Amino acid sequence: MSAERRSRVGLRVVALGYLAGLLLIPVGVVFYRTFEKGLGAFWASITTPAAVHALFLTLEVALISVPLNAVFGVAAAWALVRGRVPGKRLLDALIDLPFAISPVVVGLSLLLVYGRTGWLGPWLTEHGIQVIFSLPGIVLATIFVSMPFVAREVAPVLAEVGEEQEQAAATLGASAWQSFWRVTLPSIRWGIAYGVVLSTARAIGEFGAVSVVSGKISGETDTLTLLVEKRFQNFDLAGAYAASALLAMIALATLVGMTAVGSRRSES
Amino acid sequence: MIAVEHVSKRFGDFTALDDVSLEAPDGKLTALLGPSGSGKSTLLRVIAGLEVPDSGTIVVSGSDATRLPPQKRGIGFVFQHYAAFKHMTLHENVAFGLKIRKRPKADVNAKVGELLHLVGLDGFADRYPSQLSGGQRQRMALARALAVEPSVLLLDEPFGALDANVRGDLRAWLRRLHEEVPVTTVLVTHDQEEAMELADRIVLLRDGKVAQVGAPRELYEQPADSFVMSFLGPVSKLDGRLVRPHDVALSDRPEDGWEEAMVQRVVHLGFEVRVEMVRGDGDEISAQLTRAEAEALEPEAGSIVWLRPPASGVSA
Amino acid sequence: MSVALPIGRRRAGAGVPPGTLAMGTSMLWISVIVLLPLAAVVARSLDGGVDEFWRHVSSRQAVSALRFTLVVALAAAAINAAFGTLIAWVLVRDRFRGKGLVNALIDLPFALPTIVAGLTLLALYGPRSPVGINVALTQAAVLLALLFVTLPFVIRAVQPVLLELDRDMEEAAASLGARPRTIFVRVILPNLSPAILSGAALAFARGVGEFGSVVLISGNIPFHTQVASVFVFKQIESDNPVGAAAVSVVLLLLSLLVLVAIRVLGGWGSRHER
Repeated sequence: MSAERRSRVGLRVVALGYLAGLLLIPVGVVFYRTFEKGLGAFWASITTPAAVHALFLTLEVALISVPLNAVFGVAAAWALVRGRVPGKRLLDALIDLPFAISPVVVGLSLLLVYGRTGWLGPWLTEHGIQVIFSLPGIVLATIFVSMPFVAREVAPVLAEVGEEQEQAAATLGASAWQSFWRVTLPSIRWGIAYGVVLSTARAIGEFGAVSVVSGKISGETDTLTLLVEKRFQNFDLAGAYAASALLAMIALATLVGMTAVGSRRSES
Repeated sequence: MIAVEHVSKRFGDFTALDDVSLEAPDGKLTALLGPSGSGKSTLLRVIAGLEVPDSGTIVVSGSDATRLPPQKRGIGFVFQHYAAFKHMTLHENVAFGLKIRKRPKADVNAKVGELLHLVGLDGFADRYPSQLSGGQRQRMALARALAVEPSVLLLDEPFGALDANVRGDLRAWLRRLHEEVPVTTVLVTHDQEEAMELADRIVLLRDGKVAQVGAPRELYEQPADSFVMSFLGPVSKLDGRLVRPHDVALSDRPEDGWEEAMVQRVVHLGFEVRVEMVRGDGDEISAQLTRAEAEALEPEAGSIVWLRPPASGVSA
Repeated sequence: MSVALPIGRRRAGAGVPPGTLAMGTSMLWISVIVLLPLAAVVARSLDGGVDEFWRHVSSRQAVSALRFTLVVALAAAAINAAFGTLIAWVLVRDRFRGKGLVNALIDLPFALPTIVAGLTLLALYGPRSPVGINVALTQAAVLLALLFVTLPFVIRAVQPVLLELDRDMEEAAASLGARPRTIFVRVILPNLSPAILSGAALAFARGVGEFGSVVLISGNIPFHTQVASVFVFKQIESDNPVGAAAVSVVLLLLSLLVLVAIRVLGGWGSRHER
């Protein structure tokens, strides 16, 4: 083998070895441990009442957060790319904030606003509205952490598509809204789809912020990720692995979604 | 009719239009011609309502349209890069304006069919723009603009993105289309040949100002200044004047009042022949002869010819 | 027949211009969802005045947690900068069966919940390790967790730059006699460094705040393997919101610094694009 070939293969081995040792083998071990006792045991573990409730709660939260963030994302992308308004640079910087903030800090911040002793605490208690330790709190935390994805994915697509189609629509008589619905939205749909996939994965996988705001009331405010931790703390290792495997499968489905939508996104 | 009255437009420090006034007569094709940066595209977009002028008025079909959005001006606009709605079929593209106006479905389909036939794209109704050639996409764009029966048709360098041979075909096609459907049309182009071939009237722009307005022949034969003359055709310099190489007559015999010159180079340009010469005082000049004239004269490098300076011309 | 409109109205009947509507909606959403809560953190951290703030932030445990977090996040960013560049190189320049699959898998840490990431690392490198490696309850465990979650940042930052890189430069250098290693160090690396640095900065910012992947594997031993986010969590649990808020403010300032640094780096990088 030539020296060039040797070094190329050498680099490949190091790269793949690192990835295997860090990513693949650990995930593989979890799947192995989960299914070594058979499919039945796995199934039983993820269909306990607590698990089923956790799954539904997780999906419910995602179902609320993702569409809201999608609407925000499209609006923000529009403002950044097409808007002739001041404040674009500020908006651009603010959108990135959730990426850089620790999830625990996110949870704390919500506690300090909506908690019993928080800014809105007294008002909420007075009106009998429970945010922290309840669904609304979990939703708010999830919205916070998954906020930037759709905006960040749609903005470049919007920029690339350009304004000409919208201008053509205007010359043909379309109002601003008509132009948006019939021309702009369809042209960015794959950017939105990709952002939604990322946002959903983030929403389902959120742990730190939800840890703080949910109260971890079993069967009520446990999301799937919290269930994993709970089972681990209760020495139900098999149960923790099972729930993890389920989440890992969802994650892999996300990767498939990203690959499928990702290629559509680049063909405008 | 379109009237532009004292329109000015600046982008930051750059003056795109400087007190421009002109008229585009009804049913005629007016070309806005000029080099890049002359303001012609900006002017078209101001007429369309895609840009708002800093001062001046635009009158479309008798009423002041200056503050109207593009939707309300009754215009059709064709973009250089087609601006096709990529996610819609041809049929849906052409139908767009009609659907916006909530026309009944049967009417829409009939009109779309009519237009696709007019532009020679029947049978392509279910294709997507990405499946069409550039020329086909531009014809679709025209059909789409005409679907809403605009009182004015505006074309922004419509053939600029196409290959040279397709350009030629589409130019001829557009001329025939205009004769068949004589909508008041304003066409922006940087190609003087295109303007000469298509326009009833040419407005030549330079640095945001109108250099000259007139019929193509008028601009070619009676240019207002050296810029107009050089832009619209080939020029030769002769004694501080610009003349047309075609107007320089050559003879192999000395004639009364004609000058002597030595041929430096003879270039065969296919249908024409360019004869590059140097005069007695060292000045270079070229003349352009037809093949027939060249065959009669048989000029050769190094031979002496006599040339007659043309009477017309513009000071350089 | 259309009617002339009074001078001064830009567009007839358009209502609120779409750009303003979009900007207004977005800013409102961000303010309510993000800025309001963050303001509450800053406010609560100063509840007892600047002295109290300082007391909480400079407590032995807080300082230990913060210092450990910074060091391990920096280490993880550095290691993943090196390996990330290597992996990006292999993914862009090399060709082998299954490369597309490997490329897709890089995003796994983005898609996988952090708690699951921690559990998977524990499965392979914990007490019941099938390969006999047990790093649970050690500082190495925290490093391992951060390596996992910050893996994609540098890779995804470097890949597009590497793809766009003009091969001409490398060929020119080779024709002038440079060996592959020299070409890499003197031609390729300088063009990659802005991307590597911004990727590493993002990895660092992420590492500093990491929580889920660390909690199970590190044991959260105070003064040893406790990271800042766990410290904050413990303060919340012990009903010490001011202390939690104070340390959170430190973390927030750090994040802000990194975000600004990334923006500055972005501007620096494009300087070379000529």
